[in-house]
Amino acid sequence: MSESAPETPRPLGAAAVAERGFVQLLTPEGERVHDTDYDIDLTDAEYRAFYRDLVLVRRIDAEATALQRQGQLGLWASLLGQEAAQIGSGRALRPQDMAFPTYREHGVAWCRGVDPISALRMFRGVDLGAADPHEHNFAMYTIVIGAQCLHATGYAMGIQKDGRVGGADGEAVIAYLGDGATSQGDVNEAFVWAAAFTAPVVFFCQNNQYAISAPTDRQTRVPLYLRAAGFGFPGVRVDGNDVLATYAVTRRALDDARHGQGPSFIEAYTYRMGAHTTSDDPTRYRIAAELEEWRLRDPIERLRSFLVRQEVADQDFFDEVAADADELAARVRSGCLALPDPRPDQLFDHVYAGEHSALQQQHAEFRQYQSEFLASDTTIGASTVPGREGSRR
Amino acid sequence: MTSMTLAKALNAGLRNALDSDPKTLIMGEDVGRLGGVFRVTDGLQKDFGEHRVIDTPLAESGIIGTAIGLAMRGYRPICEIQFDGFVYPAYDQIVSQLAKMHYRSQGLVKLPVVVRIPFGGGIGAVEHHSESPEAYFAHTAGLKVVACSNPADGYTMIQQAVASDDPVIFFEPKRRYWEKGEVPDTAPADDWYPLESARVVRPGTDATLVGYGPMVRTLLESAEAATAEGRDLEVIDLRTLSPLDLEPVYASVERTGRLIVVHEAPGTLGMGAEIAARVTERCFYSLEAPVLRVTGYDTPYPPSRLEEEYLPDLDRVLDAVDRSFGF
Repeated sequence: MSESAPETPRPLGAAAVAERGFVQLLTPEGERVHDTDYDIDLTDAEYRAFYRDLVLVRRIDAEATALQRQGQLGLWASLLGQEAAQIGSGRALRPQDMAFPTYREHGVAWCRGVDPISALRMFRGVDLGAADPHEHNFAMYTIVIGAQCLHATGYAMGIQKDGRVGGADGEAVIAYLGDGATSQGDVNEAFVWAAAFTAPVVFFCQNNQYAISAPTDRQTRVPLYLRAAGFGFPGVRVDGNDVLATYAVTRRALDDARHGQGPSFIEAYTYRMGAHTTSDDPTRYRIAAELEEWRLRDPIERLRSFLVRQEVADQDFFDEVAADADELAARVRSGCLALPDPRPDQLFDHVYAGEHSALQQQHAEFRQYQSEFLASDTTIGASTVPGREGSRR
Repeated sequence: MTSMTLAKALNAGLRNALDSDPKTLIMGEDVGRLGGVFRVTDGLQKDFGEHRVIDTPLAESGIIGTAIGLAMRGYRPICEIQFDGFVYPAYDQIVSQLAKMHYRSQGLVKLPVVVRIPFGGGIGAVEHHSESPEAYFAHTAGLKVVACSNPADGYTMIQQAVASDDPVIFFEPKRRYWEKGEVPDTAPADDWYPLESARVVRPGTDATLVGYGPMVRTLLESAEAATAEGRDLEVIDLRTLSPLDLEPVYASVERTGRLIVVHEAPGTLGMGAEIAARVTERCFYSLEAPVLRVTGYDTPYPPSRLEEEYLPDLDRVLDAVDRSFGF
């Protein structure tokens, strides 16, 4: 039978996906289930740490939503309901790995050690999300849907060129995207590139069921994880509301990438419990019963049930986490309110790394224009232009 | 000094860039084994390997998007867009990401990416192969935009662009690829003409002609022809479109009082409009006539059998000179 093609190895997670629709290690009722491909062994402290992360990022999110409602943020993109997908994948990253987020990855940012207040800067409008990607190995939030998948893939190609794949200390990249993004050309080009170059990148898709108002069936006729096969790399669907399964699946995919196995695709099946952003009204496109159904699969409740039932945590622990969350929320609030507005002069900063004579000239004209108002401010009431008094700070 | 074609001069410049910095990469469609459809990257993959000179999948947004990621990792990618009309799929990555990331990051992320684009018409090509999209990029803050017009500039400017810490859109006049000229391949880089400076390529006293890329030769020929009519025309090669270096233009117009701006791109909201506005602001009292423009028409690029009607040429330039003197 020498002509027959070699048997394709059974894709990881296939059995679980066939049985339950996705890889799952913790049921909505808080029951621990086993998976032959993705079994993990966690200590009690690790279980508690996951719970703590989930509660804290939900609290940051609630506080940011409140700050927007009170006019302190221009906008907020809530992660409510997606905490497990973000904490599970975020904790799966090793320190040397690089993450490329969308604008909703507040939970991943938390895992990378990014101060929650830095995400607020962009939503408050004091900057555009400035950060050094290498400070926490967490790239800046990307607003254009899917654009970061190409950056992640290029970065992963750079890791290869640096000879940093092929061992346990190798580096890997995770690119975050949503279900809507899978329709973008850039995302599909990233898949093509990653496959062609065997780039060490994991595409982590949070399928939260909606691209603003458009349900996933407007993007795809097949389950999203199946698309990966067409590009020539593994795809797996994981219960995105199960922090343990998300952690296990992402850990494995990243390790495969760092060892030189190339890209893979994870579809974290989850639900956006809140609005797309604070500007959105989801009651116009989805029914309350759907939300109620997903509420029963809440990522935090199931872990809490597990911790209680297995006596991994006691009431003191839950009280302590709640107190930490309150303290964190207060810090987020005061930190947000203390963010200074940028100076008008900063408008012109950092457009270019080098000189740009034409822009420098415009900047000089801007300064001159501003200084005229400053001069008139010093002599109160001396402005001769009607209606302009007090129009400048 | 060695005499070589523009294509060879660019090739020599790219070779130096690859030689002098191991972080420099070339990436694009058919740039490796084939050496590029215009052979500008000929032989570079053979000498520097597939990891430095990368034949990419056929997707322009992917070329620029992955180049951004590579630059974030510390590389200096030089991307080739095969033809002007194929840059649009990459437009979002160039305008929304490449151009803005330095500003967005407050200077924490530098993207030293060069995007080479063969541009302009005159080669009898099919649709999408003869366009002049430079104004789209010169309109975008965060990008630098330059255009070379001859082998010497091709050789030096490509190396200066690679050395820049800002993204540079590098336009190459494809119909001049096969024209020869002296290349300063033995002069030290410090002696090269600066990248972001316009240059007077023919001094004159009666009127000023300004252009860039493929039009510079057309302007020089026009000026030569004008001598028969007793007119001494100054010709300025802009070389840089962002930043625009208009000081030499102002100085020239203050002497000549007349300015004609020439480009292949459509006139409406093109580079000529910006130059005319600025020169009018700065040189209002020196002007003897309005600033005139000789450009492509506001049509899509026509079928090649019509391109001679579309493209500015010696006759249209001299007609504009006549009109200028008619005021």
